[in-house]
Amino acid sequence: MSMNRRTVVKAIATGGVLIGASVLMPRLALAAWNKNAFEAKDQMSAMKALLGEGAVEDSAEVTLKAPDIAENGAVVPVTVESSMAGVESMSIFIEGNPSPLAAEFIIPAGTMADVSTRVRMGKTSKVTAVVKANGKLYSASKEVKVTIGGCGG
Amino acid sequence: MKIIKNLAVSVGLIMSAQLATAAGNTLETVDPEADRIALQNFYKKRFPEAEIADYVNGIYAVDAGSREQWNELEEFPPYEFDVEAGETLFNTPFANGQSYADCFENGGIGIRQNYPYWNKEQGTVKTLEMEINECREKNGEKPLKWGKGPIAQISAYMAWTSRDNTIDIKIPEDDKRALAAYLEGKKFFYTKRGQLNLSCANCHMQGSNIRIRADLPSPALGHTTHFPVFRSKWGELGTLHRRYKGCHQDSRSKPLEMQSEAYRNLEYFQTYMSNGLVVNGPGARK
Amino acid sequence: MANILKVKAKASGGKTQVKMMAKHVMESGQRKDSKTGELIPALFLNNLVVKHADKVVFEANLGPAVSKNPYIAFDFEGGAKGDELVMMWSENTGKSATETAAIK
Repeated sequence: MSMNRRTVVKAIATGGVLIGASVLMPRLALAAWNKNAFEAKDQMSAMKALLGEGAVEDSAEVTLKAPDIAENGAVVPVTVESSMAGVESMSIFIEGNPSPLAAEFIIPAGTMADVSTRVRMGKTSKVTAVVKANGKLYSASKEVKVTIGGCGG
Repeated sequence: MKIIKNLAVSVGLIMSAQLATAAGNTLETVDPEADRIALQNFYKKRFPEAEIADYVNGIYAVDAGSREQWNELEEFPPYEFDVEAGETLFNTPFANGQSYADCFENGGIGIRQNYPYWNKEQGTVKTLEMEINECREKNGEKPLKWGKGPIAQISAYMAWTSRDNTIDIKIPEDDKRALAAYLEGKKFFYTKRGQLNLSCANCHMQGSNIRIRADLPSPALGHTTHFPVFRSKWGELGTLHRRYKGCHQDSRSKPLEMQSEAYRNLEYFQTYMSNGLVVNGPGARK
Repeated sequence: MANILKVKAKASGGKTQVKMMAKHVMESGQRKDSKTGELIPALFLNNLVVKHADKVVFEANLGPAVSKNPYIAFDFEGGAKGDELVMMWSENTGKSATETAAIK
């Protein structure tokens, strides 16, 4: 069943009962979608907007798995993983993209700090994973080459 | 056509260079089984580490870097939505109450490995997509476009139900025209064409796994087994003939029409070359 | 409205492995329509929340740099075969929905 905001508000306004065993308000988010971060045009601003002014420390306890040469820039498989305790979130930044922040993953207690996804890259770029753990920021980066093959078709 | 000009020289040269059989390009001398074995031997020499059965995975059978990325995609393949859509389309009856199952043997399930085949009555090579559209027209429906969309999804579903079935293309001995069609396909594969004067063999045999214009051409062995294909480049599913056209464009020669006789003969030749390998469509490729 | 999430959730060794793919175009808003020359408006999933036994086990905030038909995989402690996962997703347009899937 899907409930959108309008239906929910309407139901409340008319005093009606919200039908359904598990009625969920839309956007029940632990961390709201950060517009400034997602729309920032450079990586520094995006990181600051999303994660604050704290220093980002390169760490061997953050692992970023991504191909050396992406087969296709539209679908680049990326895995971010951290062996640290107390991981709160993991975010992926793609320096060369028009808007570097690609995704932010919130890791509640009991969830593994190990997330995979597929991202779009417009060109060869440094890809950076930033892990927030115990209030501090740690990162790992890798350059991923993106070529436009001649056998497109 | 320019093809004929280059035919004699290039076919002879390349075929004698690549294949064990120096002859085999006339109706009297062509020996499909010898060709098939020769192709396998070519790749055994070229990529000694690769298993023949693994060639159904194309370039991923021989290049580790791209294989890793492909494995990631296969965790949740991009074509899954299309297989579901294809199943729905396949099972939806036509306006007249008939359905695709009525047109194909075994209700259309698990038959992909038999295509394409030589049809004696019609005197031509029949591909799966061709018969999907024939089924539609026979039942008063409009034919689908050849390259992508519903026809690719239906083909994908039919391939999915045939996964792991061994490809077994036959060239009937009692109809010389079938052998002629195979030979046409073989000649097409080895003929240089277009502005760059390239044959399929140049890139997919000599050039397989060699970076050409930032791409790694796949080996010709197992070329057709995984179609239709979800190409990241297209962001969607497409048929074999769509790829044939695209490849022609990229190698700077004039693309032919999808489901034209030349492409069907090429598919016949290429699929015969993959006899013994299994159907693994639909597939995901870059 | 049709479901857009395809979920493969497997319980094993005290953990649940979740792999999901959403059927979504993830339009960035930067592409131009080839016929009209107009920009195609942005249309992308921007938020996804996954709950198990009424607890949030995962959340993602996404931008259009996530590939078409977004794929996300994660693991969490707990969960058993037959349990229900509840997923809530929303788009940049404000549209949202809830879907469920069973852990296998």
